[in-house]
This record gives sequence, C-alpha cells and structure tokens, in this order.
Amino acid sequence: MILDYFANPARFLRLANAVLPWCVSATVILLGVGLYMALFVAPADYQQGESVRIMYVHVPAAWMAMFVYTNIAIASALSLIWRHPLADLAASASAPIGAAFTFLALVTGSLWGKPMWGTWWVWDARLTSVLILFFLYLGHMAITWAFDNPARGAKSAAVLALVGFVNVPIIKFSVDWWNTLHQPASVFRAGGPTIHPDMLWPLLIMGLGYSLFYITLLLLRIKSELLGARLRTLDSLRQDAA
Amino acid sequence: MTRKRRRLYMVGGGMLILATATALILTAFSDNIVLFCSPTDIQNKATCAKADIRLGGLVEEESLDRGADGVTVSFRVTDLSNSIPVTYKGILPDLFREGQGVVTEGTVNAEGVFVAREVLAKHDENYIPKEVSDALKASGNWHEETKDAKDY
Repeated sequence: MILDYFANPARFLRLANAVLPWCVSATVILLGVGLYMALFVAPADYQQGESVRIMYVHVPAAWMAMFVYTNIAIASALSLIWRHPLADLAASASAPIGAAFTFLALVTGSLWGKPMWGTWWVWDARLTSVLILFFLYLGHMAITWAFDNPARGAKSAAVLALVGFVNVPIIKFSVDWWNTLHQPASVFRAGGPTIHPDMLWPLLIMGLGYSLFYITLLLLRIKSELLGARLRTLDSLRQDAA
Repeated sequence: MTRKRRRLYMVGGGMLILATATALILTAFSDNIVLFCSPTDIQNKATCAKADIRLGGLVEEESLDRGADGVTVSFRVTDLSNSIPVTYKGILPDLFREGQGVVTEGTVNAEGVFVAREVLAKHDENYIPKEVSDALKASGNWHEETKDAKDY
C-alpha cells in the first residue's frame, strides 16, 4: 500500500524535498493568475456588481475549510485504526491551516453579506455550521497540545476529528435541507454550474491555487516537525553521552 | 480477528451510530433549524405561529409601494401560493427588488400586516456577467424564472 511506503519519515522527507519547489512555484503562479483574473479580468455580476469579486476569495476558502477537515478526519482514521506514524503529524499540521481558511471564509462572507444581504451575520444553518467547523478546528488544536504525553493528545484529537466529521456533510447540504439566507451551491451541484464560464474559470484557478497552497504549507509543517523531532533525539543523545 | 480489523469495526460502527443519531436529531429539530417561515407555513405550522418570526419568500411583482416619506415601504411577500403584506421603515439592501427572495424579521399586527424590523435580501445561485444580462434583456430573451435553465 502506498501509505505504508511513506510510513518511513526519511523516505517522506526525500519526497517532500523533491516536490516542494514545484508546489511553491505552482502556488505562486496559480494564485497570481487567479487573483489577476478575479480582480481585473472577470466581469461584474448583473446583480452584485463589483462585489462579486469577494466570491473568488470566499468560495475557495470555504471549499478548503471542508477539504482540510476531511483530510484531518482521514488522517485520524489512519492513525486510530492503522497506526500510521505520519497520520497524527498530518492531522496536527493541517488543523491551523484549515482554521485559517475557515476564518477567511467567515470574514469574507460577512464582508459580502453586509452590502448584499443587508447584514454581517445571520444564524442560518450554513453560517452556523461553518462557525461550528471553526470551533472544531480550534478544539482540535487545543486538545492536541493539552496532554503531557503527545501520543494521548494526538489520540484524543483524532477522536474529536472523527466525531466532528458529521458536520462536514451538514455544511455542504445545509442549504438544501433547510431554508437559509445563504444561497445554494453554484458549482458542485446536480445539473451543472449556474455560474457563467467567464466567472467559473477564475474561481477554479483560485481553488486549485488554494489547494496547492495548502499542500505546500502541509509539507513544510510536517517536514519541520520531523526535523524538530530529529533534533530533539540528537539533543537527548548528546545529553546522555555527556 | 486482528486488532487492526477490530479497531476498524469500532471506528466504523461508532461513526455509523453517530451519523444516525445526528440525522435523527436534525430531523427532529428541522422546524427550528430553518431560518424563516413562508406565508403558507405561517398558516399551517405550529412553530411559525409565534408573535415574533422571520418571514421569507419572494417580493411579489408589482406590489412594492415606496411611501411618501421616503423611508417607509410596503410590499407583499409571497411563496406563490399565499402572500402576506409587509411594511418596513428603514434602509433596504442592494439586492432588494420585486421578484427577489427576501427574509424579513418582525411581527404580525392586528390587521394581519407583517411589520418588519429588518429586511434581508437573498441572493440566488446564479452568477451572470452584467454584459450578458444586458444583451439578453436587449434581445428580449431574458426570463427571470428560466435563469436556472439557461444555456450560455
């Protein structure tokens, strides 16, 4: 199994080092092109006018909020069931990134909501479930570091991540199951996107750019954790010798 | 049974039970999770028979009446089977217009008029460049109700 192959940290580090420069350049290019298209090339919306440009930052951030949490849940299952040695690292490294994406989605949504809806915030099912997702991320980060024994922290955080995963389908389908102020999905919906191609392309490029940004940060964070662990081992070996 | 297999069943079973419990809870509370009541809900649903509610629906075509004082507006909110008259004093959001989805918060007075404290406009899932909508309107091919089914 490919996941077993990367259970060896040295092997993982080699791969990360080989892939990272490509990830960084792809992130810079995609986010640069995406932002330029979103802010200057994409047309104004017939109803929202220029405010539609907030969407290009907001929507990919919301996608990433759910995508990163899903990854944490998968990593948590790998850790709890198969005891994959890098899964806990992947989960704890992902949590702050996911929290940041969720925060960005909440803030940009609020900035868009005031002029369009007439309010910064409303307690509808979509907004509330995303706020809960943000708290789940914060809880995951807190629990990870709440124990003297890091393994116990990782295990508790993994259980929290799996329990909290029920929130992800709730977020996605909240706008279909209940009436909300938030509009239904425009891109990932049965019947195809209801967004004009001139607006869809910049959005998809931004989405890809955000994904690569996440992968870059994730690899960097796992790498620095692995190097940190190696340093700590060397340090204790030196102390033992002295 | 290996320990891995046992852990897999425990996690899988746990998730299944959790998902079922959540689904039951959400179904039981669905009347409270909805943001607003439609005009029909107000007649039929017990949870919508409160004094202070959110009313949601479309602003009925040709029902918008801007008052002489410039800040009071009245319009009807419809779900296409029933409608309720609404009055509101204040600033309307940018997206507010006839045919648009709105959510209003307030109370029904003795005359059956909904006195709104707050009016919020809903945005739908359609994103259309202004040039495209202008061109469609100019050629007479713009249909509010068929925006969903459009081909570019």
